[in-house]
Amino acid sequence: MTFKSSQRILRKLPRENAFYFFTSIGNYTGISADSLEEFMKKILEVNTKSLEFHLYRGDFQKWIEGTLEDKTLSDEIRKLQQSKPLGNELRDNLYLTVSKHFEKLKKSSF
Amino acid sequence: MKVHSKTMTLDKLDWDILKLLQSNANQTYTEMGHRLKVAHSTVYERIKRMEQEGIIKEYTVSIDLEKLGKKYITAIMTIFTDPKLTEEVAQKLSEMSEMVEVDTSLSEELLIIAKVVADDQEKLHSLIAHKVVPLPGVLRIRTSIITKKFKETELPIERSE
Repeated sequence: MTFKSSQRILRKLPRENAFYFFTSIGNYTGISADSLEEFMKKILEVNTKSLEFHLYRGDFQKWIEGTLEDKTLSDEIRKLQQSKPLGNELRDNLYLTVSKHFEKLKKSSF
Repeated sequence: MKVHSKTMTLDKLDWDILKLLQSNANQTYTEMGHRLKVAHSTVYERIKRMEQEGIIKEYTVSIDLEKLGKKYITAIMTIFTDPKLTEEVAQKLSEMSEMVEVDTSLSEELLIIAKVVADDQEKLHSLIAHKVVPLPGVLRIRTSIITKKFKETELPIERSE
């Protein structure tokens, strides 16, 4: 990871590109994240139903790869999806995956 | 007896004409005059007057989209909003072609109720996630997809005394 790419991934996004957490089709929780750091924090805050909804639709993977432009993290989440975690197991594993990756990015962005 | 609308006086004949138009707006003045036992020119004059006064707002056509092979879903969205921005959110929603009705309501919280039409669930979700949720002032959204419609009609007009 280069300094430049890490900085780019960690940038704050405009409102229209933020990640919005839903629990099912059309049901928005009121929780959103406009950066990877905020996304990481919100994983601990949202209902696990929301995490399940987005993980199995591929929404996290799509947002992280398409909007944040972080293919490595997107692939890691894709791998996590294959182990089919649910509930708090999903929350814990997702948080660990994202936070470890976030720390690496943080270090390489200095 | 004559009754008063907000801007003009309506008599029994006006109300009868409105009732006939509401049941079928495709009738000729002659047909309506025949039914109401008045001259077609009288019907014409009354209708023109009610159009000018804005009592008759428009003549529309009701199309059965399913018979045209058009598949779609309808959903009702309840949008919880920041009270300072509710009007702006409602205005933005009204500009979207997918929204077929947008209303505000004051229950415990100020909210917007919108009826939305989309090709399928995925398109509905995408519309809400990408066009509605990012609007400043939107706090939460609850969406119910309509699975079966039992009734849909305009409120039939009754002459108020």
